[in-house]
Amino acid sequence: MKRTPLFDVHQQLGAKLIEFGGWEMPVYYSGIVAEHLAVRQAAGLFDISHMGEVFVRGPGAAAFLNYILTNDVGRLRPGQGQYSLMCKPSGGVVDDLYVYCLAPEEFLLVVNAARIGADVAWLQEQCSQRPDPRQVRVEDASEQWGAIAVQGPASCRFIEVCCEGRSDRGTAVSVATELKKNEVAGFRFRGDEVFVARTGYTGEDGFEVVAPAGLLAPLWTALLEAGRPFGAQPAGLGARDTLRTEVCYPLYGHELDENTTPLEAGLGFFVALEKGDFIGRSALIAQKEAGVSRKLAAFKMIERSAPPRPQYAIWKGGADGMRVGVVTSGTQSPSLGMGIGLGYVVAGCAAPGTRVEIEIRGRRAAAEVVRKPIYRKAD
Amino acid sequence: MANVPSDLKYAKSHEWVRVAGDVATVGITDHAQHELTDIVFVELPEPGRQVAAGQSCAVVESVKTASDIYSPVSGEVLEVNPELGGNPGLVNKEPYAGGWFFKVKMTRPAEVETLLSPEQYLAQIGPN
Repeated sequence: MKRTPLFDVHQQLGAKLIEFGGWEMPVYYSGIVAEHLAVRQAAGLFDISHMGEVFVRGPGAAAFLNYILTNDVGRLRPGQGQYSLMCKPSGGVVDDLYVYCLAPEEFLLVVNAARIGADVAWLQEQCSQRPDPRQVRVEDASEQWGAIAVQGPASCRFIEVCCEGRSDRGTAVSVATELKKNEVAGFRFRGDEVFVARTGYTGEDGFEVVAPAGLLAPLWTALLEAGRPFGAQPAGLGARDTLRTEVCYPLYGHELDENTTPLEAGLGFFVALEKGDFIGRSALIAQKEAGVSRKLAAFKMIERSAPPRPQYAIWKGGADGMRVGVVTSGTQSPSLGMGIGLGYVVAGCAAPGTRVEIEIRGRRAAAEVVRKPIYRKAD
Repeated sequence: MANVPSDLKYAKSHEWVRVAGDVATVGITDHAQHELTDIVFVELPEPGRQVAAGQSCAVVESVKTASDIYSPVSGEVLEVNPELGGNPGLVNKEPYAGGWFFKVKMTRPAEVETLLSPEQYLAQIGPN
């Protein structure tokens, strides 16, 4: 199993470690619920160094990425990022990712850990088929770079400890807390460049710090020490999963794969069909016109039951009950104290308010399709 | 250091047994509740069900995952803990008291002798 540059730090913090996508990662330190609630109420630090960092550079980089990705890279100015998907010609998803424009000819893709190999192979194959491949350089920097996510309402009270002074690249700001949602900037930490983006995977305000591997341990320590007085604590993949499920963010391998399209996953907002040609566009236009036959729905349990889990069957409630879908993510929601989940259902059962049943070890428990996100922060 | 009371017997699969006459009360150990972390749901057997030693007959759900619980002894389920339905967190708070799972009227009380002693169970879970 692979280990991130923060492995020793996790062990010193007493983390419980598990295998995730070929990596030995912390699932929790103190407990999933405590870490989840810390992120909702204060802040949490996540090691996301298992994720991949791929730089795409060159005079043809922007046009290349706009052909490879579903969202409109043309809308990004230097210092801006966006969520996007990379599709096969069939519309199936190779990966979902964040793309940051660092400079007019320099982009950073942050991709899923388990998909680094598939993504880089796909990018290089597509690049080699360009009319002039020398206009684009794809560099997999996943081994040399890593990242820490600082998430939660208190994040802005201590994030500055990792980025001294003004930004010197990307969005021009005098401090990192001036970054707006989806903005990114380069800063110095002990003299070396780190990128700080106002993004995350928890539904909370927060930042993701992308840095050279050797800087991660000192960054982590500095952030944790500065954050402790504000209630920050280290948080593992367990809380990361419950947090993202509450706000209905997809996880590759659960809600997304090469046989699932962004439209089925409810991610049409990130598919810019009008921007011009891109890989998967014609299949996605055809699917949009025909209508999707299955849709990703969010649901809540409405009777006391065990939590829903991936692969559980979803049935239509009532006497005419047929099997209508399958759970892709499910857990007990620490914020709501009830079972919640995501799953693909036939399109006719995806409307909020639809009563369904989740089959849990041979018994069916009542659930209701709800609007996304399942958890919404009180204003 | 996990709490391993000296007056109980233990199964390798992390259940404890408290014997009174031919009735065995079963729960999961402090070590098990700590490993499972926040317990959010417990599914218990129906009273009257016949269980065999080593048979899975309950499920404990943490936030992360579902785990089977095995009966350490054979017999008939007499009673299940009514508190766990509304308060599954009792298993975390009081694994050897309010967090018990079920009681079995044993048909083979000699099976208790094949279970682990506190010292043997401590050796199994190691010094953590």
